[in-house]
Amino acid sequence: MAKTHVSTSINGEATEFLCEPGDTLLDVLRNDLQMTGTKEGCGSGDCGACSVTFNGALVCSCLVLGVEAQGAEIGTIEGIGDNDKLHVIQEKFLEHAALQCGICTPGLIVSTKALLEKNPDPTETEARYYLAGNLCRCTGYDKIIRAVMDSAEVMRGGA
Amino acid sequence: MVSVVYEAPDSIEGAINLLANAEIPANVLAGGTDLIIQTNGSSDESRLFVDVKKIAGMTDATIDSEGLELGPSMSCSEFTAREDISRVFPGLVESAYLIGSTQVQGRASVGGNLCNSSPAADTIPALIVNGAQCIIAGPGGERSVAVEDFVTGVGSNCMEKGELLKQIKVPAPAPNTSDAYLRFIPRSEMDIAVAGAGVSVTLDGTGTCVAARVSICAVAPTPLLVADAAAALVGSTLDDASLQAAADAASAASSPITDRRGTAEYRRHVVGVLVKRAAKIAAERAKGN
Repeated sequence: MAKTHVSTSINGEATEFLCEPGDTLLDVLRNDLQMTGTKEGCGSGDCGACSVTFNGALVCSCLVLGVEAQGAEIGTIEGIGDNDKLHVIQEKFLEHAALQCGICTPGLIVSTKALLEKNPDPTETEARYYLAGNLCRCTGYDKIIRAVMDSAEVMRGGA
Repeated sequence: MVSVVYEAPDSIEGAINLLANAEIPANVLAGGTDLIIQTNGSSDESRLFVDVKKIAGMTDATIDSEGLELGPSMSCSEFTAREDISRVFPGLVESAYLIGSTQVQGRASVGGNLCNSSPAADTIPALIVNGAQCIIAGPGGERSVAVEDFVTGVGSNCMEKGELLKQIKVPAPAPNTSDAYLRFIPRSEMDIAVAGAGVSVTLDGTGTCVAARVSICAVAPTPLLVADAAAALVGSTLDDASLQAAADAASAASSPITDRRGTAEYRRHVVGVLVKRAAKIAAERAKGN
């Protein structure tokens, strides 16, 4: 079957790709665009490792088709921070040792950024509920939540 | 691996044509949070996905004195952010907020939850107690089906080949009316209902219940409208005896199964407890309206 041509925007840059209509956005990001920062965990929308933003909404890229990206604005972990300077959330994840194996970390950072854009001053309960779709099997979440709350404070200009 | 054919028509007519004339299994693609997983696990050689999100009105919602006109494919995250809707239908909005994670809510929709027709779909009891109607467009024209008549079995509904759910209409509630939806899950997030209950009540000036609707889910092959439970509330001040009678009616109407989420006896009991609690919340809200 002929591949479909898709024009989209990823992290603010116009991007084009060819994909099979059944390929997920996660497949396209990792296999066609070599943007391997986005991780595949479950492939069924349960774990959040593949979290990206899609037209501003936080989504699992394993549950979006690549063809649906036509004309959309996509944000991935590669758009957060740059090679010279980490984003505050990334710094805080390091500082609080909020990762071990690292598979959940890109998804958690993308989700944390989405949370703090929507709610710059979340309670710990709000942060835990918002991030309930990002599973971590190493850290037990406490360090992650400390990193999130500390990031929020810094981003509000409080520290 | 299923070979997918993808179409994104820009009109209802275009979608109906594609669905009606499909020579391979055809599915409407809304949020895809159920469809993509079901397709990955399917033995079909090929499937047609008709993405309806480019069609005007499918992802919009308007609310006015007549009620709510909901584009069935509006994402739950957009839906739950609408304060104008949650003011009028707090229970319905709560039910959408319970679906999956933040990420899933970024894609999943109320119409998708309805059309997936799971016995445990959280939004369906909340739609039923609010008297919601499904506007279904097909090759022969449009028809309207009450949500309580829409689901016909586990994962099946009344839609025929070529038909599309184009709108969900929820009439404006009477004065002093409100709703609530509660479900029980063993964890605090990211689970499927063991039992769920939606209640809508209308009170008069003295706090007496003059109208009610009760709907339960995850305790029968389809979500149920339980008229006997509503009748137990009407005419009462939602005192303990009336609430217990409503709970008993809901338990009696249920026909749950035992699975790893809970036993049949447990579900039958819990669904009654949820009806009582949801009725109290709905009544508190109705007093404020």
